[in-house]
Amino acid sequence: MSFPWAEHYKPKHPFMRWMDDRLPLPRLVYNAVGKGYPVPRNLNHFWNFGVLAGLALTLQIVTGIVLAMHYEPSAAGAFASTEHIMRDVNGGWFLRYLHANGASFFFIVTYIHIFRGLYYGSYKPPREMVWMLGLVIFLLMMATAFMGYVLPWGQMSFWGAKVITGLFGAIPLIGEPIQTWLIGGFAPDQATLTRFFSLHYLLPFVIAGVIILHIWALHIPGSGNPTGVDVKSPQDTVPFHPYYTAKDGFGAGLFLLLLAVMVFFLPNYLAHADNYIPANNMATPAEIVPEWYFWPFYAILRAFTYDFILPAKLWGVMAMFGSILLLFFLPWLDKSPVRSGSYRPKFRMFFWILVADVLVLGYCGGKPAEEPFVMISQVATIYYFAHFLIILPILSWVEKTLPLPNSISESVLHGEAEEAAPADIGLAKPAKA
Amino acid sequence: MAAVDLSEEAAPQAEQGGVRRRDFINIAAVSFAGVGGAALLVPLVTQMSPSADVLALAQIDVDISAIESGQAIKTIWRKQPIFIRNLTAAEQAAANAVDASGLRDPQTLAERTKEGHRNWLITLGVCTHLGCVPLGAAEGEQKGEYGGYFCPCHGSHYDTAARIRKGPAPTNLEVPEYEFRTDTSVRIG
Repeated sequence: MSFPWAEHYKPKHPFMRWMDDRLPLPRLVYNAVGKGYPVPRNLNHFWNFGVLAGLALTLQIVTGIVLAMHYEPSAAGAFASTEHIMRDVNGGWFLRYLHANGASFFFIVTYIHIFRGLYYGSYKPPREMVWMLGLVIFLLMMATAFMGYVLPWGQMSFWGAKVITGLFGAIPLIGEPIQTWLIGGFAPDQATLTRFFSLHYLLPFVIAGVIILHIWALHIPGSGNPTGVDVKSPQDTVPFHPYYTAKDGFGAGLFLLLLAVMVFFLPNYLAHADNYIPANNMATPAEIVPEWYFWPFYAILRAFTYDFILPAKLWGVMAMFGSILLLFFLPWLDKSPVRSGSYRPKFRMFFWILVADVLVLGYCGGKPAEEPFVMISQVATIYYFAHFLIILPILSWVEKTLPLPNSISESVLHGEAEEAAPADIGLAKPAKA
Repeated sequence: MAAVDLSEEAAPQAEQGGVRRRDFINIAAVSFAGVGGAALLVPLVTQMSPSADVLALAQIDVDISAIESGQAIKTIWRKQPIFIRNLTAAEQAAANAVDASGLRDPQTLAERTKEGHRNWLITLGVCTHLGCVPLGAAEGEQKGEYGGYFCPCHGSHYDTAARIRKGPAPTNLEVPEYEFRTDTSVRIG
């Protein structure tokens, strides 16, 4: 793992040497995020978002553990205990708003992280496994977020639980028994709440485990970079510490600043007012929408309105799950040998159309299921699938790509020097390189 | 890597006293993060302190009009038992007959009761050893060798002023803050 010129861990202190012979944990850290991990020197700020997602997960786990000390997973007491956290517990409002907005920020940084991967071809060989493990993390995140949203047992919690578990009811024959099994009854109730709480507590640790695999798989070939050109020599890399710890630290500062703005000034901006009404199984809220981070998928779900061989409901559910499962095949759908979108002019254009398409889907998903939103969702859904199943495979055959730089250091020193070279180095080096 | 080391030597940027601009930025950034991290610890720690609804129960009013001389009642304050005992003249005399200075936790009955209400002994029903509820408040319970309270867990004996006289408990039964609002009503807490 890593390049031959990576720094080796050489503990100086006798205790650290004693430790290294018995439990080489400092060595592991050194080689993973310390001086021992050489990283391409030209990473831009889009490479901050993996670390930011890790930070967001940490924040969710810490605040979540604390909230669980006050939350009561019972149909009778869940709503009241949530309000108890907001009103009575010392700093409870702060911790809950951190947790709720932290979930949104986790998704924001993860979406940017995913689109970074899509633009720079991070899913291409040799990093297919990194990509697929990332998708597993994304699916686990969605499950965790959904179950977390049910816990306050407000109107949106209850009806969200009913609607989302209803997705499984679309499966022919076994669908309805599966739905009944999932919620432990005929409608969400105590059994649903207790199991969701249990799983909501468990899954973040599963995510943390898959993140370890994700990073492990990443460190075999090493990080990608904006040119998509492989690392060839020591001139192409800088050690992770201090260069990227500092750069990620800067990103983390901005992330926390924006999170603080939301927590302190707009704590309910991303929430839904209906969830401050206790769950009522006799009245559905006028307009039922999931959290914003599910909107694109919700739009795909609702885009299917005709029974075509199979019932429309089943098509919607298959398309919604398919829109993510499809991404597992991306490394084999896009066979272009050039990784980075910066050297693929046509791909780049279609990439931005895809971004716009997903934003349109998201917009429609947050709107009521009426015209023109249904029609727009249908067009956008077709385009989403066309992008991956038709456009990308064709592009990878016909596109004429731009010439790649010979090496990362060359790309840095000729043309992009100002933006990509670490301080002090870029200018001092050309004569020697 | 070699290039990195070379360049750092090539551009020492040493200014006054060998402190570089980067050193200052480094220290400032790490300190700022440290202060921020420490500040975040405050709500994470204080959330475990009693919440507002718990503190709201921290004051109770008790009607003591029905307690006859020689009787005691148990009530609940802050989720803990409280003993309110109407001492008989003999019990007060027994408590006052003891030389307080020779006790493990020297206190006189006067120090443990209120002026004008010397017969009312109000204490927490929590043994100061390890927190069991001592016997002696209810009718027919064992009152220990000194006629006050007896903790069955580890054998602490308290006298009629609820002072520790024998056994492992380190201090007398705690007297909570209280005041007589009228002759028959006590506010505890």
